[in-house]
Amino acid sequence: MTGKLSEKVLKGDTVATARVLRLIDDGLPEAREIMKKLYPHTGKAHIIGVTGAPGAGKSTLVTKLIGLYRRDNLKVGIIAVDPTSPFTGGAILGDRIRMQDHGTDPEVFIRSVATRGHLGGLSKSAWEMAKVLDAMGKDKIIVETVGVGQDEVEIIGLAHTSVVMLVPGLGDDIQAIKAGILEIADIFVVNKADRPETNRMVRDLEVLLEMAGLKEREWTPPIIKTIATRGKGIEEIREAIENHHEYLKRSGKLEEKIKAQREKELQNIIMEMLREKIFSRIDKEKMDKLIEDIASNHKDPYSIAEEILSSILN
Amino acid sequence: MGEEKVRILVAKPGLDGHDRGAKIIARALKEAGFEVIYTGLHQTPEQIVNAAIQEDVDAIGLSILSGAHNTLMPAIIKLLKERGIDDIVVFGGGIIPDDDIPFLKSQGVAAIFTPGTPISETIEWVKKNVKPRHKRK
Ligand SMILES: Nc1nc2c(ncn2[C@@H]2O[C@H](COP(=O)(O)OP(=O)(O)OP(=O)(O)O)[C@@H](O)[C@H]2O)c(=O)[nH]1
Ligand SMILES: [Mg+2]
Repeated sequence: MTGKLSEKVLKGDTVATARVLRLIDDGLPEAREIMKKLYPHTGKAHIIGVTGAPGAGKSTLVTKLIGLYRRDNLKVGIIAVDPTSPFTGGAILGDRIRMQDHGTDPEVFIRSVATRGHLGGLSKSAWEMAKVLDAMGKDKIIVETVGVGQDEVEIIGLAHTSVVMLVPGLGDDIQAIKAGILEIADIFVVNKADRPETNRMVRDLEVLLEMAGLKEREWTPPIIKTIATRGKGIEEIREAIENHHEYLKRSGKLEEKIKAQREKELQNIIMEMLREKIFSRIDKEKMDKLIEDIASNHKDPYSIAEEILSSILN
Repeated sequence: MGEEKVRILVAKPGLDGHDRGAKIIARALKEAGFEVIYTGLHQTPEQIVNAAIQEDVDAIGLSILSGAHNTLMPAIIKLLKERGIDDIVVFGGGIIPDDDIPFLKSQGVAAIFTPGTPISETIEWVKKNVKPRHKRK
């Protein structure tokens, strides 16, 4: 079963790929066997992150970019992340609404993903999902993060090129742009340039980049004004994305990034396997008993954790 | 270890311009803990089926007010079959006369919820009848 699925993914089969993404998202054991087979076929795609506040226009930008890539016959994969409700565990994944122009193009694969409690603007599964789309032969993979504001910086680990979208006059003013988001941007987009305050925002941003010393780096993030709904400025973004990719390759930074990603991946995989091993060996009844001991103040959780770990690891 | 979520596509085929009903059901499903993929207005059967496949959903909920349910719903089920898929539960709601329900069911629609059905009834039905496809076999 897993062998067949991975073969089909490598041939670009949509149904099989969709299923593999599901197995990953649900954390099922088959997923790991499939990933072993797919992994050697990854590393070819250019992964682009798009992040920014809720409603900034990320999905609108993504759909226009898809259009440009498709004009050049590039195959495109999209991972669009939206938040899971912490109260109900449910989610409404609505990024696809803006992307349905490409809804019947067999070379465009769009997947909506819920965060399922993961913080940082992505789902836990997003990393492996991007790998699967890579293995299925996509040239460009665009990851749209949750629009949560300033803390969604995990994307920098996953993407080769990160696009940060800002909107003038949305409370998204310059004071609100924290160092975190400044640091991760390879390209700034000031969207909704049909609104007033656009030029001021661009000027402020330039000053901010200067003050942060970003202008002296090898790569200075360009600031691009767009009206995503009308497709204005999208060509420029595409060009900036290409320039950045070229820069990464030329400077050796791409290799560095990829190495850092592999390290993070390996660490994640080890942690995940360790977690499973440990929790599968702890007897549920014994655990309940220990928790009661803690709750009644008979024992502290640190000593208990030490005891459990030393009994398992020895 | 895994967390098996049920995923449901809520889609609005046809030409009418009201998605209030679709949004209400999408929100109620979210509140009930489902992952809902919402694709907006004016979806063609091809778009709906493609989205359902790429998103690997367990069910498709269709909201139809235009009166075209007798063509749209069977068209969607037929397209799914053509892609080799027979285990996505298709259900629907909207302005659908009682007389059309037997025909729609004969075409493979699992349930129809007519106006006036309390939303809680629909949610209960989904909870009972839609399970993750990758766990069903
Ligand atoms: N005026 C104006 N509106 C825009 C522009 N770009 C996008 N919008 C609108 O902004 C709204 C949000 O756009 P989306 O593309 O869904 O934004 P998003 O960042 O993906 O939103 P979330 O995924 O919900 O965080 C939509 O109503 C768009 O039509 C623009 O350049 N100008
Ligand atoms: Mg969006």
